[in-house]
Amino acid sequence: MGLDTRRVETGVDVSPSSSESWVTTRLDFLVNWGRANSLWPMPFGTACCAIEFMATAASKFDLARFGMERMSFSPRQADVLICAGRVPFKLAPVIRRIWQQMPQPKWSIAMGACASSGNGIFDNYAVVQGIDTIIPVDVYVPGCPPRPEGLMYGIMMLQEKVKKERMADKSLRNEMEPDPSSQLYIPPQLIDELSENFGNSVHQTRSGL
Amino acid sequence: MSEAFLPVLAGHAEASEVAPPSTPRNVPYRGGAANPSADALRAQFGDAIHRVDVVWAETTVYVDRARVAEIVRWLHDDPQQRYDYCSDITAVEFRDLDRPIEVVWHLRSLPFRRFIRLKALLPKGQPLVVPSVYDIYRGADWLERECYDMFGIRFEGHPDLRRLLMWEQYKEGYPLRKDFPLRGRFSRSEQLRQILAQNPEAKYSMEELTVLEAFNDLPGDMRQRLGKGEQVGE
Amino acid sequence: MATTTRTVEVELSTTGLDAQGRPQRVPLATDEAGNLVPITAPPSLEPELEGEHMLINIGPQHPATHGVLRLVLELDGETVVRCIPHIGYLHCGFEKTGEYRQYNQIIPYTDREDYLNSPGNNVAFALGAERLFGIEITERCKVLRVMAAELSRLISHCVWLGTFCIDIGAFTPFLWIFQQRERVYTMLENWVGARLTTTTTRVGGMAADIPDGWTEDLAHFCRTFPKVLAECETMLSKNAIWVGRTVGLGAMSADEAVNYGLSGPLLRASGVAYDVRKDFPYLDYETYDFDVPVGQTGDVYDRYLVRVEEMKQSIRILEQALARLPDGPVNIDDHRIILPPKTKATSDMESMIHHFKQVMEGPRPPIGEAYVAVESPKGEKGYYMVSDGTSKPVRWRIRPPSFVNLSAIPKMVEGHLLSDVIAINASIDIVMGEIDR
Repeated sequence: MGLDTRRVETGVDVSPSSSESWVTTRLDFLVNWGRANSLWPMPFGTACCAIEFMATAASKFDLARFGMERMSFSPRQADVLICAGRVPFKLAPVIRRIWQQMPQPKWSIAMGACASSGNGIFDNYAVVQGIDTIIPVDVYVPGCPPRPEGLMYGIMMLQEKVKKERMADKSLRNEMEPDPSSQLYIPPQLIDELSENFGNSVHQTRSGL
Repeated sequence: MSEAFLPVLAGHAEASEVAPPSTPRNVPYRGGAANPSADALRAQFGDAIHRVDVVWAETTVYVDRARVAEIVRWLHDDPQQRYDYCSDITAVEFRDLDRPIEVVWHLRSLPFRRFIRLKALLPKGQPLVVPSVYDIYRGADWLERECYDMFGIRFEGHPDLRRLLMWEQYKEGYPLRKDFPLRGRFSRSEQLRQILAQNPEAKYSMEELTVLEAFNDLPGDMRQRLGKGEQVGE
Repeated sequence: MATTTRTVEVELSTTGLDAQGRPQRVPLATDEAGNLVPITAPPSLEPELEGEHMLINIGPQHPATHGVLRLVLELDGETVVRCIPHIGYLHCGFEKTGEYRQYNQIIPYTDREDYLNSPGNNVAFALGAERLFGIEITERCKVLRVMAAELSRLISHCVWLGTFCIDIGAFTPFLWIFQQRERVYTMLENWVGARLTTTTTRVGGMAADIPDGWTEDLAHFCRTFPKVLAECETMLSKNAIWVGRTVGLGAMSADEAVNYGLSGPLLRASGVAYDVRKDFPYLDYETYDFDVPVGQTGDVYDRYLVRVEEMKQSIRILEQALARLPDGPVNIDDHRIILPPKTKATSDMESMIHHFKQVMEGPRPPIGEAYVAVESPKGEKGYYMVSDGTSKPVRWRIRPPSFVNLSAIPKMVEGHLLSDVIAINASIDIVMGEIDR
């Protein structure tokens, strides 16, 4: 297993009418290389995953070799929002606001099961079932908490994603706007479908005794 | 330091013949020795003490709800009791919905190394109100606020009883009640919609607004609207 | 120069506000006789410059609030006049969810509420559940639990020290200390398979017995950790910047501290010698030889000294536990409560039935209730469980020490400067997972 390091087919369109050219692909390479290797994280750390994030940034697993040692706690200076930990509903407008404050180009990593999907153990009245209902997510890192190696794998996946971007594709940097009436990016029915009841963990006494 | 430092020692009021504390072993289910404070309470308050129960060597005293503050103050002030430490204040609702809600106070006496549990029963169908012990223990401040937030129990005499863990405009109810479902009353998308619309941090509370000097400079009609509890937007 | 006055005439919709619309809190202090008396607002440093007060907001997302805490501060220049904390940004419904889980299924939740003290919380919950079930655990299990609890205390204080240093501005001890945490993580991973959220205990025993060579690892750790701690102390304890930034801040007197319900190093730094391990012992702590450090003034520097000394005492307890670790079974013999070994469950019919019952329904305690408190690194951690005879508790209450400790922050920061607020907040050692649950 491991990361797929084959050269990716870029599908560059070299017809005279396209805006892709040899110059822009070289420029893409340079810009994406720069961006991928100096992603300044905005650690939105709430719970246990934040401690594993801190351990990843510390000496043994060292995020500095990814260029990520400069934790930017101001969203205005950050590239990637790493949501580490469970997000309750009270925190939802906060993370939404922080995401909106980050300037483009920006990416986000949902670190941990709670940020990815609400984590089956927190399927209750208080926890957002996955932050992708509030902000767009690029990489999901499973685990409770994910090992530092897991987080680094997720970061490397994000770096691969960044390196595949093309300047000519302007839609990549469009700010996703929520639907004004519901304030949600995803249609409400879809959210309800995705977060349906899981198993019998919501019954109080199965035995009835 | 000019004076000698003397730490306040737990257990310093006990007589020297009392054995030092040890790990409880083979704790009996029922029928253990009751906390001596239970008898003292009975002697002092008579029929405000409904029942005394000893389960797993912990004494639980069921008291009359209206006289809770008085009883707790006596336990705090009396030199033979000296329950100076409030560990916890919480509530229990049973699955049998006809049973009353029990409000529980966990008190410790550090000088005597004792632990007692007081309970007051709040029958359903009546307003869920108990006296507050904020004046006796400042630690009760947030404990009572949380109890209100989770159960809807009002503590009379608490200066600032607001929601603590949920946001103030939370509409779904009181989460720890047994008729409140685990996943909440509304659908997931509705819960998200509500919190994103209510957006509590964008608005300062009245308490915070009174700090602002500029409050006086606001136009009169705006001050009136704020005074009626309107929340300002971003 | 005339001072500006504020009169606010509004309809009050919130209870407990006085005529100026402020909550009726009266900050307390202790006078010479030891009585609690209200204190007046601190005098302004430069009276002729008195003007507006500023309202600033720290958090909920902030590097120095140790989690998602929101502090609204009323500032007179740089001086804090009032502090209004807002919590609940990490409220994840633990207590409600616990009512829908069997007792062994609740143990992973105890990892995640105070996530810096996972093994310690597991031990605390298991003790509470065993009290509720009325079972006595084996001697080996007791010593292993003491080891888990003290290791947990050590690593929690390590995180506290590292992040506290960062808040004051010293970055290096963080890296040194986190390297030691990695060593403990490796040990915990060898034991139970997880680094952080360990779930070390089960009701009636432990998740697993320690593997071969684990005691040697722990002995090596106990020999080498004090040197790292000594290095950090050399950097900090007599450092002029450190002393200047921490002495005299956020002091609470002994009476105030007891009245506010503080516990743990916060209470002991204020001069109250209350430690649950000494006063209401569990796991045979009365048979271990260790000291409990007690401070004098209750300021931030005292809290730092108390915690560093507690780390040294934890090493002392660990060495004694290593010396006395007895052989024998880790889990109790009663397979109605704890899972039988897998080899028996797949071969012996009775064990298979026990296994089935426990997984599908879970062990059922008698009707009753129990409150068991332990000394967590943050303070008195209590679990209150009420059982109605079914396999899931009727009520599972976590008594969070950081919750009650944090409620005293408005009292602690009054009259201090803004940068002191960060230092005082860090010295309380809060974990929002525990506060909000």
